[in-house]
Amino acid sequence: MKWEVVIGLETHAQLSTVSKIFSGASTAFGAEPNTQACGVDIALPGVLPVLNTGAVERAIRFGLAVGARINSPSIFARKNYFYPDLPKGYQISQYEKPVVEGGSITIQVGDAEKTVRLTRAHLEEDAGKSLHEDFHGCTGIDLNRAGTPLLEIVSEPDMRSAEEAVAYAKALHALVRWIDVCDGNMQEGSFRCDANVSVRPAGAKEFGTRREIKNLNSFRFLQQAIEYEVRWQIGELEDGRAIQQATVLFDPDTGETRMMRTKEDAHDYRYFPDPDLLPLEVTADRIAAVRAAMPALPAARREQFCAQFGLTPYDAGLLTASRELADYFSAAAAGADARTGKLCANWISGALSARLNEEGLEISQSRVTAAQLRGLVDRIADGTISGKMAKDVFDGMWAGEGDADAIIAAKGLKQISDSSEIEKIVDQVLADNARQVADFRAGKEKAFNSLVGQVMKATRGKANPQQVNDILRGKLGG
Amino acid sequence: MSNATLKELSDQLAAGACSSVELTQEFINKINKLGKGLGCFISVDAERSLAQAKAADARRAAGNAGPLTGVPLAHKDIFCAEGWLTTCGSRMLSNFVSPYDAHVVGRCNAAGMVTLGKTNMDEFAMGSSNETSYYGPVRNPWNRDTVPGGSSGGSAAAVAARLAPAATGTDTGGSIRQPAALTGICGLKPTYGLVSRYGMIAFASSLDQAGPMARSAEDLGLLLNAMAGHDPRDSTSLERPAEDYNRDLGRPLQGLRIGLPREFFAEGLSAGVRQAVDEAVAQYRKLGAALVDVSLPNMGLSVPVYYVLAPAEASSNLSRFDGVRYGHRARQYGDLLDMYKRTRAEGFGAEVKRRILIGTYVLSHGYYDAYYIRAQKLRRLIAQDFTEAFKSCDVIMGPTSPTTAFRLGEKSADPVQMYLSDIYTIAVNLAGLPGMSIPCGFDGGGLPVGLQIIGNYFGEARMLNVAHQYQLATDWHTKVPPGIG
Repeated sequence: MKWEVVIGLETHAQLSTVSKIFSGASTAFGAEPNTQACGVDIALPGVLPVLNTGAVERAIRFGLAVGARINSPSIFARKNYFYPDLPKGYQISQYEKPVVEGGSITIQVGDAEKTVRLTRAHLEEDAGKSLHEDFHGCTGIDLNRAGTPLLEIVSEPDMRSAEEAVAYAKALHALVRWIDVCDGNMQEGSFRCDANVSVRPAGAKEFGTRREIKNLNSFRFLQQAIEYEVRWQIGELEDGRAIQQATVLFDPDTGETRMMRTKEDAHDYRYFPDPDLLPLEVTADRIAAVRAAMPALPAARREQFCAQFGLTPYDAGLLTASRELADYFSAAAAGADARTGKLCANWISGALSARLNEEGLEISQSRVTAAQLRGLVDRIADGTISGKMAKDVFDGMWAGEGDADAIIAAKGLKQISDSSEIEKIVDQVLADNARQVADFRAGKEKAFNSLVGQVMKATRGKANPQQVNDILRGKLGG
Repeated sequence: MSNATLKELSDQLAAGACSSVELTQEFINKINKLGKGLGCFISVDAERSLAQAKAADARRAAGNAGPLTGVPLAHKDIFCAEGWLTTCGSRMLSNFVSPYDAHVVGRCNAAGMVTLGKTNMDEFAMGSSNETSYYGPVRNPWNRDTVPGGSSGGSAAAVAARLAPAATGTDTGGSIRQPAALTGICGLKPTYGLVSRYGMIAFASSLDQAGPMARSAEDLGLLLNAMAGHDPRDSTSLERPAEDYNRDLGRPLQGLRIGLPREFFAEGLSAGVRQAVDEAVAQYRKLGAALVDVSLPNMGLSVPVYYVLAPAEASSNLSRFDGVRYGHRARQYGDLLDMYKRTRAEGFGAEVKRRILIGTYVLSHGYYDAYYIRAQKLRRLIAQDFTEAFKSCDVIMGPTSPTTAFRLGEKSADPVQMYLSDIYTIAVNLAGLPGMSIPCGFDGGGLPVGLQIIGNYFGEARMLNVAHQYQLATDWHTKVPPGIG
């Protein structure tokens, strides 16, 4: 039987506020345990939550970026359960009325574009951490993370493969960073996904029973976990066993998912509106202010790049992987014609990206500035240097030897484009290599390349190769 | 001096007739003498109180005194006070010393007031007789075999017994007004949101409101002036300009329209209470007020609605008491679940457990709509009844409680009978309105009767005016329990 995979993702993006969602304590990562937990975070008797408006502002920004509806009012609700790292015995979240509803994200899988619909995005607080090692059989509790603001972004079950799920997660990851609502640091848990996975016979209308894979904090794990889970579920169904609704964990060491709990022992969270917090009103003015401060989004930038420089959607996609990269390209290609713009794009996606990758640097840490790169591209465009020479100039710039022009001058890399000068050299080469000339005339095309090589050698690579070609062919009566 | 009102003490301190240290010492002596027998206080700390008094005297000497500087008061043990044991009447918090001040405590401290101690209360404010306290019952100074009411029973009894000139209380369903009525003092529950709940240990967040307890309307206003005001730490605290709640005390009552809800004078009201309230209403007529017949048709639903909503919120609010970070933890336990179970089984008393169970039930999947959602709808209807009634009157009056103080143990076996003790007060919390109780006489057994005055939203100044004018014409509020004074 042919099976269809159905995937929906729930993503927790930690919002990049300085303080927590309901208290003034810092959200900075990596502090000594329990040094960033105030009375509200440890739930002393009598303390009350006060909503951080910065978290709301970021939620609105996200909502606008995905074309969602901003609900007003939205309601904060208590999700009740006992756990030692949940100090109040409830998590403040949003349940029936989230702040963001609807919207969509466009993803690219291979050459195809696909739209993944979003169900909702809601604000909530993170829990603390339980540390099960180093406490001699006891559990340590670190409440630094308790109260950290999260935006939980829930997709519709619109993805049909692990590749699509990863493409969606990557697009979402790029977007939240692009609009500056989340630092996207997956190692620190700032961006993590739960994947709801089910399979059904191809063509079936009804969804199969889903299992939820919790807490996937890398794209690789997301891919591996879904692929394993899909294989496992198909195997079960083909062996005639039914899938039981469950929550599972992915073990990166074994590459397998393992059952955490079934629906039967699921909590009854007893959600109800939090009486300590008023319904969250978002005025049209506030939305307008957020909209006005919103940076141009990736899709708009891609379109602009294609229209202005004739880039392919694929190339434009590479350049809009992050806002910093797009800004770098925009700065490099400022005022350029299509040819120069395309050259800039090629250099950024090619040599520059490769070099950044090699050295583990972000575009913001590039040793070659956008203006420097443009200086190089301009010399290629006007024929001063060849592409091959440009590579040396680029390396020089990377090494801190100065701008392209300075390096070209210092290394004497200027291309020889004066035809009379080249002609002289060509004549000399033809005179010195009578055998090759004879070979060429006898129909050996290879001999021609050898002659070009001789000319380039004589000019120490500085002759314009196209010119050399043209002149040689002219002289050989081709 | 301990028989003086807050206002009189304020005047004496201002005139230099006594120092705060002298005054504080006198109250401490009285607490030492009578406090134990009445069970009013959970904590007293003379050293700490006297240090505060000394600082107040120094402040006065420096010319920075306000009207309440140096005046002592007692805080209900529901308010967190830095350095003070703050138990909320529960074994669960029997070892909890608060590291911070509640907004109310901070405001009183800022005014220069002296904390005499922390008063006894029903556990987590759940009770109407002060019998659910882990620290034992409070006795009513008027008759020590009877209860002082609850949950602010310790505060009420302390003020009635002249162990403190005033005290703070909290009122979720009548917990200021009912004990005030049963002990013959005055108590005011402000409009919801007027006084910050920050640092006040939550029972039912949408109903809880702190307020003053004292022996005259004027004193209530003085203390309310100190307690009220916007607090950004409480999202339900209202942003309103500061006001002097005593500004209208002298206003004559000619033309005042008093609404008398017929539902307040129906079955269940004891004869002694009825008679005293009728006489008080007659007195108001003499003072120039007009009486208006009003109706609160949904009032009968207020007790059931309250006993869905308040436990629902409480079941969640009390989840933080899990033995993990502070408070009681069972000495012996197996795994985590066992730790929770034993800790909470040992830490909470029977009434608290009952309400956690009720609250957990009504919020459970499959019951939420039938109970919680329906109760919220009825709550709106109950509030609308008041809105309708206030179209034809300025204040509403009636009994605070259907009976005077009942005997210790009389209702503790029958929770429903106990809950009905708050039948006239609960609707006010559900509507978020301000309400107060002032003494208006005694029943045949010599026990005080309370008159309830309910105002419209933010009508505190008007209510205090209405109460003060009555207290100028009568002397019920000056009566002293036998053997006290």
